[in-house]
Amino acid sequence: MVSEEKETILWEVFIQPKNGLSHRHCGSIHAPDREMAILSARNVYSRRGEGQSIWVVRSIDIVSSDPDEKEETFSSDDKIYRHPTFYDVPDDVGHM
Amino acid sequence: MARKQNEKIVSLEEFQEKIDRDEKIEPKDSMPEAYRKTLIRQIGQHAHSEVVGMLPEGNWITRAPTLRRKLSLLAKVQDEAGHGLYLYCAAETLGKSRMEMNQELLSGKAKYSSIFNYPTPTWADIGAIGWLVDGAAIMNQIPLCRCSYGPYARAMIRICKEESFHQRQGYEIMLTLAKGTKAQKEMAQRALNRWWWPSVMMFGPSDADSPNTENSVKWKIKRYTNDELRQKFVDAIVPQAEKIGLTVPDKDLKWDKKRNNGQGGYAYGEINWDEFWRVVRGDGPMNNERISAKQKAWNEGSWVRAAAHAHALKKQTALQAAE
Repeated sequence: MVSEEKETILWEVFIQPKNGLSHRHCGSIHAPDREMAILSARNVYSRRGEGQSIWVVRSIDIVSSDPDEKEETFSSDDKIYRHPTFYDVPDDVGHM
Repeated sequence: MARKQNEKIVSLEEFQEKIDRDEKIEPKDSMPEAYRKTLIRQIGQHAHSEVVGMLPEGNWITRAPTLRRKLSLLAKVQDEAGHGLYLYCAAETLGKSRMEMNQELLSGKAKYSSIFNYPTPTWADIGAIGWLVDGAAIMNQIPLCRCSYGPYARAMIRICKEESFHQRQGYEIMLTLAKGTKAQKEMAQRALNRWWWPSVMMFGPSDADSPNTENSVKWKIKRYTNDELRQKFVDAIVPQAEKIGLTVPDKDLKWDKKRNNGQGGYAYGEINWDEFWRVVRGDGPMNNERISAKQKAWNEGSWVRAAAHAHALKKQTALQAAE
């Protein structure tokens, strides 16, 4: 009985706490379609007014970078001139 | 997110260095197989405990003495369901499917916290569960917010934030009964008598008999040992019981100024480990009832799941026809 049932679709859930802030990943949910995914996401991830907007997206649709290529993908140590502290200005110039 | 696991073998030393630098491990990072297995087991058991934990309390929703109590208990039980789902979702990031975990629970293969294999014969048991069982759970869970595995730690942060109301509602029930009639106070005391030792056992076997602890501490899955957490629990609960005029049922309980590295703490009596192992192995008062209740709910909910799938399929077909 149990084993005959197939897995439902897995959705990643993103909640926006209020206008002005980004949607933020908060977990995942199983649901057969997008409407039910939104409903379940609301019940599971917003029982105390945590959000005012929910996004759900199929987990398999998320494309992710390879964690073993972090160095190659994200290194910027060789471009220190992209940071403000690279530039010398006199202290008495004040905040710049 | 994407559940495809990284196959690259990471050396144990490299992994340990990462853990020692307090770096978090995320789903797609390489990790030793033993780390993955330990987490799947622990998070799975934790999720099952939340879900089975709804049963002893759900039993009392229709019998709560006031509407206020009913609302609180409903909200608490709904939280437990949510907590179970946060945790299943964390375990799934390690490559184990929800269906598989569910099957292991229904077949009795998976373990869950033995505490839920005890019965709740009176309303005071609901108070005792909130106060003691949720109290012990919080003690266990707060250090897990700093666990090395990112998704587990994040789930625990949400859970701990929501759980603090659970213990307060339980203590409030006990406090109200303890201030009530003689019969109500006795009911509260009897519930404390029933739940005290099982709650103390919730932290698991003594450190000397806990084979998993060493690796878990090394990998920063666990931050404290079972006995350390148990001591914190006893130290926290004893004064709370005194405050409402109830007596912790342990004749060997006494203040010991040598405990907690000389800061003082309560020495407590011998734990009945035979009982602990008996219930773990399936011979507790309610083991069969709990699993039967889960199987019944799963079987009776089968048409709902089938209908949801059929509905989703129908809409999808209609959508494709329109395109």
